[in-house]
Amino acid sequence: MTISADSETKLRYVGRSVTRREGADKLTGRSRYVDDMHVPGALTGRTIRTSIPAGRVRNVRFPDGFPWDEFIVAGPDDLPANEVALITADQPAFVDGIVRHAQEAVLLIAHEDAGLVHEAARAIEIEYERDAGVFGMEQGHVLKQLAIRHGDFEGAFANGDVIFEGEYRTGAQEHVYIETNGFIAWWEGDGVVLHGSHQCPYYVHKAVKHAFALDRDDQVRVTQETTGGGFGGKEEFPSLLAIHSALLSRKAGGRPVRLIYDRAEDMACSTKRHPSLTRIRTACTPEGVFKGVEIDFHIDGGAYVTLSPVVLSRGLLHSGGPYLWPAARMDGYCWFTNSPPYGAFRGFGAPQSEFAIERHLDRLAAKLGICPIELRKRNFLRKGDMLPTSQIVGEEPELERIVERALELSDYRAKQSGYGEGNGRGLGLSVFYHGTGFTGSGEVYLDSVVALEAQADGFVEIQVSSTEIGQGTETVFAQIAAEGLGIDIESIRFRKPETGAVPDSGPTVASRTCSIVGGLVERAARQLREQLAGRDIATASATGPVRAEARYQAPPGLVWNDDTYQGCAYGAYSWGCNVAEVSIDPVTAELRVESMWGIYDIGRVINPVLAIGQVEGGMAQGIGWATCEDVVLKEGAMQNTRVTNYIIPTSADAAELFVEFVEHHNPCGAFGAKGVGEIPLDGPPAAVANAVTFATGKDIAAIPIRPEDLLA
Amino acid sequence: MIVSNAVRYPTYVPATVAEALEQKAGVANLLPIAGGTEVMVMFNEGLLAPCPVQSLHRLAPEWGGIREAEGSLVIGALATYTDVRHHPVVRERYPLLVEAARVTGALQIQNRGTLVGNIVNGSPAADTVPALFAYGAQVRLLSTRGERTVAVTDFYTGYRKTVLRADELISEIVIPPPADGARHYYRKVGTRAAQAISKVVVAGVRGRDSVRLAWGSVGPTTLRTPKTEAAIASGADADEAVATLATEMSPLDDIRSTRDYRLAVSQNLLREFLKRTSPGG
Repeated sequence: MTISADSETKLRYVGRSVTRREGADKLTGRSRYVDDMHVPGALTGRTIRTSIPAGRVRNVRFPDGFPWDEFIVAGPDDLPANEVALITADQPAFVDGIVRHAQEAVLLIAHEDAGLVHEAARAIEIEYERDAGVFGMEQGHVLKQLAIRHGDFEGAFANGDVIFEGEYRTGAQEHVYIETNGFIAWWEGDGVVLHGSHQCPYYVHKAVKHAFALDRDDQVRVTQETTGGGFGGKEEFPSLLAIHSALLSRKAGGRPVRLIYDRAEDMACSTKRHPSLTRIRTACTPEGVFKGVEIDFHIDGGAYVTLSPVVLSRGLLHSGGPYLWPAARMDGYCWFTNSPPYGAFRGFGAPQSEFAIERHLDRLAAKLGICPIELRKRNFLRKGDMLPTSQIVGEEPELERIVERALELSDYRAKQSGYGEGNGRGLGLSVFYHGTGFTGSGEVYLDSVVALEAQADGFVEIQVSSTEIGQGTETVFAQIAAEGLGIDIESIRFRKPETGAVPDSGPTVASRTCSIVGGLVERAARQLREQLAGRDIATASATGPVRAEARYQAPPGLVWNDDTYQGCAYGAYSWGCNVAEVSIDPVTAELRVESMWGIYDIGRVINPVLAIGQVEGGMAQGIGWATCEDVVLKEGAMQNTRVTNYIIPTSADAAELFVEFVEHHNPCGAFGAKGVGEIPLDGPPAAVANAVTFATGKDIAAIPIRPEDLLA
Repeated sequence: MIVSNAVRYPTYVPATVAEALEQKAGVANLLPIAGGTEVMVMFNEGLLAPCPVQSLHRLAPEWGGIREAEGSLVIGALATYTDVRHHPVVRERYPLLVEAARVTGALQIQNRGTLVGNIVNGSPAADTVPALFAYGAQVRLLSTRGERTVAVTDFYTGYRKTVLRADELISEIVIPPPADGARHYYRKVGTRAAQAISKVVVAGVRGRDSVRLAWGSVGPTTLRTPKTEAAIASGADADEAVATLATEMSPLDDIRSTRDYRLAVSQNLLREFLKRTSPGG
């Protein structure tokens, strides 16, 4: 790791690989996930779903042979507002007459005999009137459209430079969090209590309060249980389960209801990464100096709006890559289709569009007869350059240095000459960036708050709604708080996220937790240190807790205009480079990513071991998406809904991964931190695709890259 | 997470072979379970139609072993993949079985799953069945009416259909010794490097003047390719053999792969087989 100058400041916890707090419990099986909760008297719930992608529900039949009068049955008429509140509230919690995708909820059943519930669920018959659905992009209706205009676009393409175009596609991707979605709900008086597996307690809170038309915030209490991974898949989707479980419970007179999906149901009905289609046209000089770019970026949104507009936004904002484009015309289109809604997935649109531009640049380099690394270097963003949104790059990204280190570690130049079609080996490179936190004014709207509380037993408690989902939230926040307070980390406690009991520090998404929420934790810690004024924690809080809160404030100059799509899209950017080394089996065309190197600038590295783990996991996930993770769709719905046929890499498939960090500190992030969670997904697909083209001579334009395509 | 109703699967646990056969003859639709690595997954996922179940675990003393008899290898119905992988005689004489057991599932599956379960399950993608085809294994079937022996190559009659009668259980398989000096070839092409279902799997044995080849995942059952075998045995070169193979194999598109890929890879595998087992090689 390269450490920048100010790290000489004595830091006791930040920058050290403090052991993760919940690690031992997870490792030894002591952690309790929602399905481990023993709730006496709980009913088991189950969702009855559509089997057609479009049409109307005509009738629901409950065949003889089941004691239906013992079952709780709930549907749209039982809900005050049949809506899942998110950006808009267009998604119903149940089919409301019109079926818009397969696997959509029609009704719910519950019974105390779990086996009987599952058997009965399979027996219920739904009669439909079928309509033709819309599947795939560029048909049907546009869900959201965005445009970025920059510079003299007409001029850039008018004066006889090299014009080059290409079309790139990426497939859907399933999250495969190890724990499937689940909630347990019950009512106490006029309020509902929800325990579940999710990333964003206050999203769930908002959706449940809205669906049940509740007046007071304290009528909904959402607790996050130990969560077995999210990757974005538990950002918006759990709100639906929460509404469903709460509704069944209400119909059961408040009795607890367990609504926990098995893997097949989870994969079939839950969100996936948006499939994409990107068309790129570039203008450059014969020497490869960029003049302008035209990008049409399309994503399949599925049947409802959900988070697609913001996925489109992030995808479009990153579509030019970390390069200087004097002129740009970027158009984003998200399409309504009859697929289950596509949703948040680590990277949130950027991995799709950055695959396209990074693959395009290798193809352009081949056309120009220039080394693809050299082509990139001639156009890298530098401090003071202007992005297509008019944002000025405020730090020196040092992309040459990052790339050179990746080339050095991978021994790229020495290997290069011996590789190619002759031996089925190839090398590929990608360079990428990722904006930290919510886009544009998003962080201002979130208005996040964190609290630290010194308590009488001598502990300082961190109170945030940011969740531990395997990435290390509890540990890094404890490091930041202990550092800011100047106390032992053993005196820091992390309060289990529960709405009402912790302030709303925003959702656990968008690479914002460590950097942005962590920054608030740092501020609150420094403030609490002043309030404690040298007294020990127990003494200071003997007559009541001493509390410090910090609220988000936009960095000076961070102004964004949603109407013109101009301004500062993100307060900070992380940067990176991947090199992939691949081999292609001459008999079977099986693709193996032998090794991948990653050099990342994620600002201050708060906990090196956790950061490396998170980055390596993301690289593996990106390699999976590029090579074997193939969501087989039929009429919009996933068919391969098992871990035996949705293929993610096993440890036997995993590439050797090598990660290093370069630190350029972010003045607005926790101790200089920038976003880390998502950037690992941005680079691997293009690095792998570029390496496969090197190894085979085949012009790869889409992922996943299947042996079936390579042998054809 | 189990999404089946357990009460719909009454369970029988015979203590002796005789009792097992009586139950099989007397209880309609009785589904035997050895390792349960297929049946329990179907059950968990709600894909197993309700039926009575017969757990064979108490027959392990009689049916659990691997032994030699009259020069042949006898593998009991309850012998696991792990047993097969580690048995010294198997390791010495039947390398295709060791390799096939090694690439089946994960270690946990190998510790519970049985070779006979792999046969009786009837999947055309079974990884061990091509090896048994290549070695000319015999399947021994028992019922209260008596015993019969069927060549494994005659065991399948169609997609997941076998000659097994409703009252029969497989007690063991008998594998004759491979010819001295025979060369063995096995390769599985899966969807990933481990814990995968095959897109194509092949096992081959080449003796001085005989060739046996068997293929998985390229037809409704594990497939032999006799014309290709004959062509090779009569000295055809690789191009001829590969052309012949295409005439007797018509794989399908499915969720894992495509017809074109399966055929092309099978042809490449045949070339590799010829090269690796070449008498001069």
